[in-house]
Formats: sequence, structure tokens, C-alpha cells
Amino acid sequence: MDGEIELRVDGRRRRLRVDTRTTLLDALRDGVGALAPKKGCDHGQCGACTVLLDGRRAITCLALAVAHDGAEVTTAEGLADGERLHPVQEAFLERDALQCGFCTPGQVCSAVGVLDELAAGHPSAVTADLTGPVEATDDEVRERMSGNLCRCGAYVGIVAAVRDGAR
Amino acid sequence: MTDLLRPRVLGRSPRRVDGPAKVTGTARYAGDQHVVDPAHLHLVQAEVARGVLTEVEVGAARALDGVLAVLTPDNAPRLASARDAELAALQSHDVAFRGQVVAAVVARTREIAREAAALVRVRIDPRPHDVHLSADRDDLYAPEKVNGGADTDTSRGDLGTGLAHSPFTLDQTYTTAWYNNNPMEPHTTTALWLDGDLVLYDSTQGVHTTRQATAKVLGLDPRRVHVISPHVGGGFGAKGTAHVHAIVAAMAARAVPGTPVKLALTRQQMFSLVGYRTPTVQRVRMGCDADGRLAAVALDAVSQTSRVKEFAEQTARPTRMMYAAPNRRTTHRLAALDVPVPSWMRAPGECPGMFGPEVAVDELAAACGVDPVEFRVRNEPDVDPETGKPFSSRNLVACLREGARRFGWEHRDPTPRAREEAGWLVGTGVAASTYPVSRTPGSVAAIRCTGPGRYLVRIGAADLGTGTWTSLAQVAADALGVDFGDVELRIGDTALPEASVAGGSSGITSWGSTVVAAAEALRERFGDDPAAGDEVRAGMPDNPAAGRYAMHAFGAQFAEVRVHVDTGEVRVARLLGVFAVGRVVNPRLARSQLVGGMTMGLSMALHEHSVVDERFGHVVNHDFAEYHIATNADVPRVEAHWVEEHDPHTNPMGTKGVGEIGIVGTAAAIANAAHHATGVRVRDLPITLDHFL
Amino acid sequence: MPFDYRRAPDPESAVAAATGWSGVAFLAGGTNLVDHLKLGLVAPDVLVDISRLPLDAVDELPDGGLRVGATVRNTDLAAHPVVRRDYPVLARAVLSGASGQIRNLATTGGNLLQRTRCVYFQDITTPCNKREPGTGCSAIGGYTRHHAILGASAHCVATHPSDMAVAMAALDAQVAVLGEGGRRVVPLVELHRLPGDEPHRDTVLSPADLITWVDLPPLPPGTRSLYRKVRDRASFAFALVSVAAVLRVERGVVRDVRIALGGVAHKPWRARRAEDVLRGERTGEEVFRRAIDAELAGAAPLAGNGFKVPLTRNLVVSALRELSRGER
Repeated sequence: MDGEIELRVDGRRRRLRVDTRTTLLDALRDGVGALAPKKGCDHGQCGACTVLLDGRRAITCLALAVAHDGAEVTTAEGLADGERLHPVQEAFLERDALQCGFCTPGQVCSAVGVLDELAAGHPSAVTADLTGPVEATDDEVRERMSGNLCRCGAYVGIVAAVRDGAR
Repeated sequence: MTDLLRPRVLGRSPRRVDGPAKVTGTARYAGDQHVVDPAHLHLVQAEVARGVLTEVEVGAARALDGVLAVLTPDNAPRLASARDAELAALQSHDVAFRGQVVAAVVARTREIAREAAALVRVRIDPRPHDVHLSADRDDLYAPEKVNGGADTDTSRGDLGTGLAHSPFTLDQTYTTAWYNNNPMEPHTTTALWLDGDLVLYDSTQGVHTTRQATAKVLGLDPRRVHVISPHVGGGFGAKGTAHVHAIVAAMAARAVPGTPVKLALTRQQMFSLVGYRTPTVQRVRMGCDADGRLAAVALDAVSQTSRVKEFAEQTARPTRMMYAAPNRRTTHRLAALDVPVPSWMRAPGECPGMFGPEVAVDELAAACGVDPVEFRVRNEPDVDPETGKPFSSRNLVACLREGARRFGWEHRDPTPRAREEAGWLVGTGVAASTYPVSRTPGSVAAIRCTGPGRYLVRIGAADLGTGTWTSLAQVAADALGVDFGDVELRIGDTALPEASVAGGSSGITSWGSTVVAAAEALRERFGDDPAAGDEVRAGMPDNPAAGRYAMHAFGAQFAEVRVHVDTGEVRVARLLGVFAVGRVVNPRLARSQLVGGMTMGLSMALHEHSVVDERFGHVVNHDFAEYHIATNADVPRVEAHWVEEHDPHTNPMGTKGVGEIGIVGTAAAIANAAHHATGVRVRDLPITLDHFL
Repeated sequence: MPFDYRRAPDPESAVAAATGWSGVAFLAGGTNLVDHLKLGLVAPDVLVDISRLPLDAVDELPDGGLRVGATVRNTDLAAHPVVRRDYPVLARAVLSGASGQIRNLATTGGNLLQRTRCVYFQDITTPCNKREPGTGCSAIGGYTRHHAILGASAHCVATHPSDMAVAMAALDAQVAVLGEGGRRVVPLVELHRLPGDEPHRDTVLSPADLITWVDLPPLPPGTRSLYRKVRDRASFAFALVSVAAVLRVERGVVRDVRIALGGVAHKPWRARRAEDVLRGERTGEEVFRRAIDAELAGAAPLAGNGFKVPLTRNLVVSALRELSRGER
């Protein structure tokens, strides 16, 4: 069974027909041709498919495309302005916060989401005082970035890059 | 003695050339390559560990709208070579392990392929299976050789006498778990036939080795197989040899002429189809005098292999060259089980094989009251204890000393369970690292002058996150005497000259030597100022020093471990490694490799364990929710440093390889620190909280 | 199998659409359901999308309590200022579950109704009574690290994976349900079942029952609460054992105590026996121990998860110690 949906992906409006079973991830990759989000586990366990969905970081492998008709999606590709990289992307390069690069688009989207959440004062599991302001400490960044697995072990660089991106 | 390249670009830290594409997600991995109107392939796997297929009922699957083909052992074309049982897809009705591919469905969409695969009814006459690894089995056997071609057993002096005359002895058994490589990118192949030629967009550590393997199995002239793999989403050995999915993808594409076929393994399928690190059982015996000088060292290693294809992990290899001791013995024994075929995983041999012995050293040092850093220093050999050859360079002691200094080791109270901070028991530990310098023959590089002082360098090498796009271009720049920006490097395609596999930390040694040889050939033929269009090809030269010296990288790793008093939770607060890896091509990238290896070592120490349910015969925690790898929060502080090391023998760059040594010894350092924190000696990985309750 | 997708305009239509169908499932965040669709655990004919229903608000109630809508995203629940201020146990529980990018999708109702992560339940190639009644329990005699030590049966030893539900159990939350017969309220501690001989039934709800919101009763002034979760890695992992504890101490005497345990049973486990021991007693290490020992007297660990008994004991004692010391 099919459904027709409209997505706005990296600023471009796209209409497409999808099987009701199609995940947002597969719709983005196969239907829209937005290849930045990656399929690392297809079960919400690795974070490689993370995008900004209606402005918030979200995995896309457990989201059904039909349920997100009308959504606004920003992928790692859309974060850059042509050749000009987003400050977080620039920081990832400078800190060499990547190796194989497969988890990287998800890491970058997640990092942008984390910085927004920090700016909004959202607490995390390691926030000592739930009612006070939150700071972008290393511990906070580590906890908040833990939904993005990296098998190459670039975490140390990722934390540094996210903190650089916060400046 | 080799004249080392004069470093101009070597030793600098240009950013990753492929970095901008990777941070924007525009780097094209195997599953991202554009093909027109592809079909999708989904595999059907055996649900018993041993048996005989009696029926594969495909009617329901075939009847589904959108299904293009269903391959089974009954209808799959015969392969030209079924000698490699792992690659002999759908050639036999015998089931050799749970998870073996027994059918494959090609359909118009992913969803239909998955649905149809679920409709394939497989009947298997089950036979009793055996997946139980134990050192007590009576059917263990000695393989002819172990991985890498090393001897199965070695012996020097007399172990019994050495132990008998030692006032301090140790006889302990250590185990490492079954580990799955789990690169973030699942193994992916897009296969396409064009006029009898096969095109494979594949996630592989070696386009040419994949070409060779698939051509042989499919009975094709290798020149008619084109493998394209510019970016690889991690491999850690799992993409170092061809696995069955690539063969099935090629067969499936042939079944739907004119249609490209895409196959991406599921994360779950990766636990049975793409190799893994065998679990090991390591009996370590050591004897030393009151000063901690070893008289005897022995390691008897037991690991598993598949009943249908042998892989013999070289677990005992590092024990042969680490420490001086006149009486020594190493053995390897295998249990052939009804399990998936094990294979390479980051530092095969060294990684598991430096766990038992390096914990044993810690135990023995404590027993004789010698500081574990000092203990290792005292047992430093003058020459390779196994072969008697000199080391091309060996700076383990420098690594230990420098690491101890940076880590703050000198103030350490050796008493276990002596430090507590806010409910956490705190301890520190050390272990040594080593990895051999390997060179793999078979590479060819082509260099063409494209304009004044500008060059195109072509070689079918691979970058799986290792940094080849950048570091090999740096080697080329120095070999050609030009700036980094004047070199354009092309890798990852069989259209380029042949290259060896990215494995054994041999990439820069092998490809770099080849590129340097090509640059020399260019200069010889065209002088210092070649014209646009001038081109040469050169193969990897022999290294005359290779037979004369023992060549190894070394390192020392220090860990601070915290164990919660109430819950036993284990955290690695700090990891610090100092390495002697020859010349460092690109410090920015090399640090990533070393820190990455240490991080994976931390993950191995605390988290990783493929749990085999022996009743069923498969890994039951076969996903990222249950097979834990370290998350960001598990890795607070990891530092890698290196000592200056000048080694004129390894290769023209003076490098030793940095891809694997980082994971060697990490788990032992953490186990030793956990013991120091708690007084509890964990000899079986992983080091989980239940050990401390 | 393909399925039909419908978007419900209001809760009543969602229930009506689901009534009388066996093959219907409500879709909210999808983080558990879509997982199960792919694993082949469920094959609904119809998905009724409830994610856009107007149930996405957190409202303060006249009695000082809080009403949490069923489709409030986990992130928004944990970030809500009143939750952070008055129900730290809940904020911390929610924040310790899954990952940021999952919590941005996952909803309150979906979190409560998520199913066990037992590896055998999720693997259709192995027998499982919860998935296929009567086929047997593969976990018994198998890999049991994440399995129950309390309230299990010979038919099922699975645990409920939610953190949020454990906190809500300790808060005596009330779950509002809209079903065929109209609205009703189910105490959260009665929402989930023990497996008994019907392990395929996780909760007391029927397929057409829709959770609309969860009410959190107010906590008297001076009440402190916390959530502690122990797992095999530092983040992004299910609990081995977790504890949600709510404690009010006056002049050294326990006036109110509510303890719920996660990771140990088929449901969030209210430690009533421990609470009974503690209520009215002066706080102290000895009574804390006595209390949890009373609870754990009924523990029946499996081969492979015996460590959960001392872990639970130590965790609860340390939680009570911390709460009675005055930290929130």
C-alpha cells in the first residue's frame, strides 16, 4: 500500500509516493536522493541516520515516512551552505572528529541538535542541578552525543568539536 | 639501510582530504553510488546450526508482486570454484552454521524483498551441532600454520626446568570473548552486469583482492570484474576478505539481466556472515626470579574455527618476541565447530594475544614485588628472543618511561584497593603494546605529470577511515618533491593499478614504498622536470632489510579505572598511550588512529561480548542495543603520544603503521587497573560490574 | 506485510478505528513499533497514527499535580520546568532512557507500552511464549543478563525496559485510558502485568484502548525523589537494575516512601514489602538493608543474573542513603 507525501529536504520541496512500510530514512535515501543520513543498524541503535526533523535531531530509521508528511528535514548536506561549512562541520574537520565518516553526518546533525538543546536549557542525565542553567561541559556533551555510535573511536575529537561549535 | 625520504610534507598535519565530503554526507559509500532503477536483494538464512536442506519453498515469495527472482541451492547457477566454502553461496544443501545463506530474494523495493524473504519456507533436517569452545576438548588440533604464516608451535630452552627453578611462578588461564568487528557501515554491494563485465560497488578494504576473489569464484577473467570503493565506512578486518554477500549480489544481478542489484546486510546478518574475532582461551605460564627476571614464558592458545573453513588466530605470536626469557614455548590449537567462519579483526593475534600475557606480567610483578613498569624494563630483550635477529628499532622502554612520566605513575601506591574517591574505588594499570611491521607484496603505482610540478598518482589502495586519501598523498608529495596540493591521488577502484589489501597496518609501508618507487622511476626516466603526460608505473620493491631484522612497533598504555563501591560499575577515567611507531606521516590523523584503537580496546575491555547460545548456535545479542560498543560517555579521556623513532629499515618513509597497535594491550591495562582499584583479578573479558559485587 | 495507514483526527476516532480489529496498532513515535515491524514480530493490517492528536501538552492540575499527555515527547516531558522542579525522579528517569534523538520522537504512551528487549522475543528464529504462546521460553537456560529476578514465571522471564514507567510507578501515577466502553483510569502500577501463563499480554489494556494521558499526583512538601540506573555502559543502554525512590522524612522518621525497581521484573516493580518495613521507622543503614532484604526475599534469580540481587540491594540502600541525607 502506498501513500503520497510531501517533504521539505534541505530547503527543497519534494513530493513522493512511498510504501506505507517505508521509513523516513529509506524515503530520504531512495526517494529523495538525500544520501547524507546513513543506515548503520536500521533499529534506532546507532544514530547514523540522525537528521534535524522539524528542527530537532531525530533518528529516521524508526520513523515511517507516511507519518511525516509535511515534515521539514535538514541533513548534514543541508547544514552546509554550498562550499561553506557549518561551524560544527568545520570543527569536526579541525579536530579530526571522524575517520571512516559513515557515522559523521549523523554526528554532525546530532551535534547541532545538542547545541540547540543546551541553548534552550534542556537538562541531561548528567546535569547535576535539574532546575539550574546547563553548561556545555565535556560531560554534558559526552552524554548528549551518546546516541551516535562511532566504531572508529573518534569520540574524544567529537566532544572537542562540539564544544568548539558552541563558541 | 634505506635512505629515508626527506620529510617536507611528511610529519605535517593537513586535514583529511575527504573530510569536507564526509562532514556534509556527500562522500559516496557503496550504498550511495548512483545506479539506474536498482532492485533490492534480501538474504534468507539457515535457522539451525547444522543440517541438510530438504526443501526451499519459494512459491509464496515468488507470487508476491514486485519479486523478480528467488535464488536457492536448487536453482542457483553453479560457481566456477566452490573451494572456499565461505564464498560458495547456494552451492550445497549442507548447512554448516546458523545464519548461512540458504536463499536470496530480488525485488523491486526493499520492503518487498524483505517481505518475500520472510515468505521463503526453508526446511532443514537438523543434525546435532557443537559450538562449544573449551580448552578441555579432546578434539583440538594443531593447524599447519597460523594466520599470517607464522609457525603453529615454538619452543626454546626447556620450559619445565625454567619454571622449576623460578622462585616466582604463574600458571593462569585467561579468556577473551567472541567479538564482531561491527564497522558502522554494514557490508554493502551493488552489483551490475554490463556486457559480461561485472561491476561491484562494494565496501571493501581492497578492491583488487575483492576482484580476485569474486572473479575466481564466478569463473571470470579478473579484468572483467570492476570493483569501486572510494570510501569505506570502517572495516577493521571485516572487509579485508571477500564475504559471501558479494557473491550472492553478483549472482542475483545475473538473474535479473540489465538491472543493478543492491544488497546491504542487516546489522544482525553481520554477526554471522562477515567474519569475527574468535574467542580465545590462553593458558599462560611464567617464572621469574626475585628481581623479576623471567626464566620461562609460555602461552598455549586455544581458539575456534569453522568446520568448513579454517582460520587460525595467531594468538601466541606476540609472546614470542615481547620479553627475554631463555625457556619459552608457544602453541596454537583449534576447535573446529559449527560456527560462522572467523576472520581478521583489528590486530588479529596481537590484540587477544596481549591480553593474557600482559595481565600475567602484572600478576607476576605484584607477586615478586617489582613495579610493573620496571618489571617490563628488566625483561627487555637485546635481540628478538625467537629468531635471534636484531630489532630494526625497539623503543618499548622509552614508551614505558615516557608514559609513566606523562601519566604520573611514579607516585603510585601498588597496594590494591587503597584509594577511594566519592564512592568510587580508583586504580591504575599498565600494559605493553606491540604490532609487527608488515609489507604486503603486489602493489603497483602509476604517476603522471599533469603540468609543471603537478602529478596524478594512481593506485588501487583503500581508505576505510585510516586516512589514506591524505597520508598517501603526503608520501607522494615528498617522493616527488612537491607541495601537498600539487598531488592528486586516486584510490579505491580496480581501474587503477593493483594494490594490496588494507590490512595488517601495512598500507603505508606497502603502498607508500610503491609510490616512492614510482616517483624514483619517474625521475630516472624523465629527469627532475618531467613534461605533462610523462607517466611511469612501478611495483613495490623488495626490502633487503626485511629478512635481517625483526620489525615491530611498540607502545605502553596506562589506564585509570574507577569501580563503584555499591554497584560495581566500571569506568575508564583515563587512558594514556605512548607509542614507538617510526616516523608519523600525519600527526593529526595518526593520533586519531591510535586513540581510535585505544577506544576500541576500552570497548573490548568493558563492553564487547558476542553471546553465543549454544542450544541454538548463534550470537543472540546480535545488534547494537545488545552488543555494546563504547558510547561517547564511556570514553572521557584518551590520549595518544609517540616517541621520536628513527628506523631506517622498515621502508623509505621510516614508518611502522598505526592502524592496529592502539588496540593491543588496552584491555590488559584496564584489567590491571581494575585489579589495582578493587583487589579483584578479572581474567575473563569483558570486565563487567558483576565481577565486583 | 503491507498495512493500511490512517491518521486519526481525534482520540475517539482512533479508538473507533481500532475497535473490532485484531490487526490494528496505534502509531505514535514509532520507535518501538517500527522496530518490531522490521523484525517481523508484529504484522498489523492497519496502523492508526495518533501522533498528531491534541494530547501533547503537560498541564498543571488544580490539586497541584501534573497531567502528561500521551503524545508528549520524552524530551519535552523531561525539560518541562515543573517536572524538573517537582518530579526530579521522573525527569531523570526519562533522561536516562534511549538517546536524545530517540527521546525527541518517543512519546509518553509509547514509552509505557514498549515491549521487552529480551533477545529471544526479538529474534523470530527462537521460541518465545510472549511472541508465540506455547512455543516455550528460550531465555530460561539461555542469555539472562537482562532478565527478571522478581515475579517471573516458568513461561516468561522477560523484563519491562522502560525507565519512565519505573519513575511513574513510584509516583503513583494514574493512566487515563479511552476504550470501547469509554474513559477509565488505571493506576500505573496495575497497567503492566506479571507474565504468569499469559506472557503475551504485557498490560491490562485491550488493543483498542488508547492511553490519553498520565496524571501525576502532587508530592507533599519535603518529599525528595531520585532515579538511579545501572547499566552495562555509561549511556544509551537498558537498565540492568534501576530504582526510583520517593521519600519524605520528618525529624528522622520515614513518613512516606515509595520505591519502584526497573530491570528486575515483567513490570515496574513496586517494592511494597520494603516500603512496609521503612514506613514509620527512623532512617538508617540497618533499616534500609532490612527493608530491601525483605523485598528480595522473594527474588528468584536465573543462572546468569544472580548478580542482580546484590546489585539491587546495594542500589536501593545507596538511593535511600542519599535521599535521607537531604539531596533531592
